[in-house]
Amino acid sequence: MNQTKAMFLAVFVLVVTSGAAFASNKAENSAANNDFNPGDVIIHHVLDNHEIHIGNFHIPLPIILWDNSNGGLVGPFSSHHLADGANYKGYVMSHEKIYFAGTSNELVRDAEGHILAPKPLDFSITKSVVGVFVTAILLLVIFGAVAKGYKKREGQAPKGIQSAMEPLIVFVRDEIAKPSIGAKYERFLPFLLTVFFFIWIANLLGLIPFIGGFNVTGNIAVALVLALLTFIITAASGNKDYWMHILWTPGVPWWLKVPIPLMFIIEFIGFLSKPIVLMLRLFANITAGHIIILAFVSLIFIFNNLYGSAGGFGVSVVSVVFSIFMFCIELLVAFLQAYVFTLLSALYFGSAVEEHAHENH
Amino acid sequence: MELLTPSIGLVFWMSLAFLIVLFILRKFAWSGILKALKDREDFIERSLKSAEEAKAQMSTLKAENEELLAEARSERESILREAKEMRDKILADAKMSATEEGNRLISAARGEIEKEKNQALSDIKRQVGEISLEIAELVIRKELSDKGAQEALVAEHLSKAQIN
Repeated sequence: MNQTKAMFLAVFVLVVTSGAAFASNKAENSAANNDFNPGDVIIHHVLDNHEIHIGNFHIPLPIILWDNSNGGLVGPFSSHHLADGANYKGYVMSHEKIYFAGTSNELVRDAEGHILAPKPLDFSITKSVVGVFVTAILLLVIFGAVAKGYKKREGQAPKGIQSAMEPLIVFVRDEIAKPSIGAKYERFLPFLLTVFFFIWIANLLGLIPFIGGFNVTGNIAVALVLALLTFIITAASGNKDYWMHILWTPGVPWWLKVPIPLMFIIEFIGFLSKPIVLMLRLFANITAGHIIILAFVSLIFIFNNLYGSAGGFGVSVVSVVFSIFMFCIELLVAFLQAYVFTLLSALYFGSAVEEHAHENH
Repeated sequence: MELLTPSIGLVFWMSLAFLIVLFILRKFAWSGILKALKDREDFIERSLKSAEEAKAQMSTLKAENEELLAEARSERESILREAKEMRDKILADAKMSATEEGNRLISAARGEIEKEKNQALSDIKRQVGEISLEIAELVIRKELSDKGAQEALVAEHLSKAQIN
């Protein structure tokens, strides 16, 4: 019980102090180049990166490439070799994208400035990949400890991290899986629990300041993988009724199915759009949260540039208050998006395994 | 737009990491956790049910006890009543027999006394008769010793008596 309290308190303190943390981060940026461009700063934060920035420290990350024209696997080598547009083994990085430039330092561009140089497949351990790994390790550590707790205190009251996680596990089981899927919920529970805690922890990781500003679930690739897994599991566990519902929707007039299979087209679009919506919702919510908080902080520097330090200082009070408010909201959103993603996944699974009463057909 | 383009590297690492985590947790965490949770819930439910049953049993037991108690109480009362009746009856009987016995003793004593008295009386009568006879014998003997007086008396009686 005390540990749970301490955990929430820690998160709260982080939230309260994070406004200042962001402010100091941005101060360095604006000091480096007086021309502060909030759009660039924000997008730079939200997008993936081949380095982790903690204050003034830049931690280089390993770069791994797959280049068919260069004999397959290249690397891993440290990303500091490619810093500031340097050429390393023929590779050059521009805006976090790696191109094969050969011996020249310059990338060949067309008339509109698009780079024409060939792009090898980038399997680098980027900032977001590190975020994914950190989340994965946290999941393993936390739930390893929780599982151990259940083994050690068999049949007894939970303790420590076990009692912090138990309500959430029970929540996913009783409030998400059971009502959405029905009798066959147990088959899907491992996936739902893993997805729920992965998203939640990754979301919280993105909210912790000082550690490089991870944006894991706000990256579309992460959301895509999660949504794709939901899609695959839904399709794989769909029973006859589910496919019949898509192919030959029961209970609608025949002329909606023959000669033009209108219902099939609609149902099929729905079938495909569900995971896409799932992906976009998660990605957009988390990214938007990050952008809003950064925008509030950026306001300080915009006003600083416009009206001098007095303006910046005046706005900073309001900005910090608003970003604290947004952080609180984001803490809620972190949980809410995990919940929504898991709930919708469970609903899709539920529709896939639902047994229809046949007299309705 | 770059924001909306998933990068192949992240898709690859994310899939790999997530599937590994899913596999490991499924095998080593979720199964154990969910089973433990279920077991504990079952245990709690069973315990509650058995507690409820015990409570019901207790209440029936209590009712039974009360019934028994009431029975015992009524029995005690009836026993007490019977005992009292018995006592009263014994007392009455005893009183009656005592009276009877007393009466009988009194009458027996009375008869004895009567008998004794009669015997004494007859004794006295006999003794008086004997003494009277002795005295009479003595008187007669003395009287008869005086011959003149005898003859005078006879003469007198003879004179009074009128011979028919």
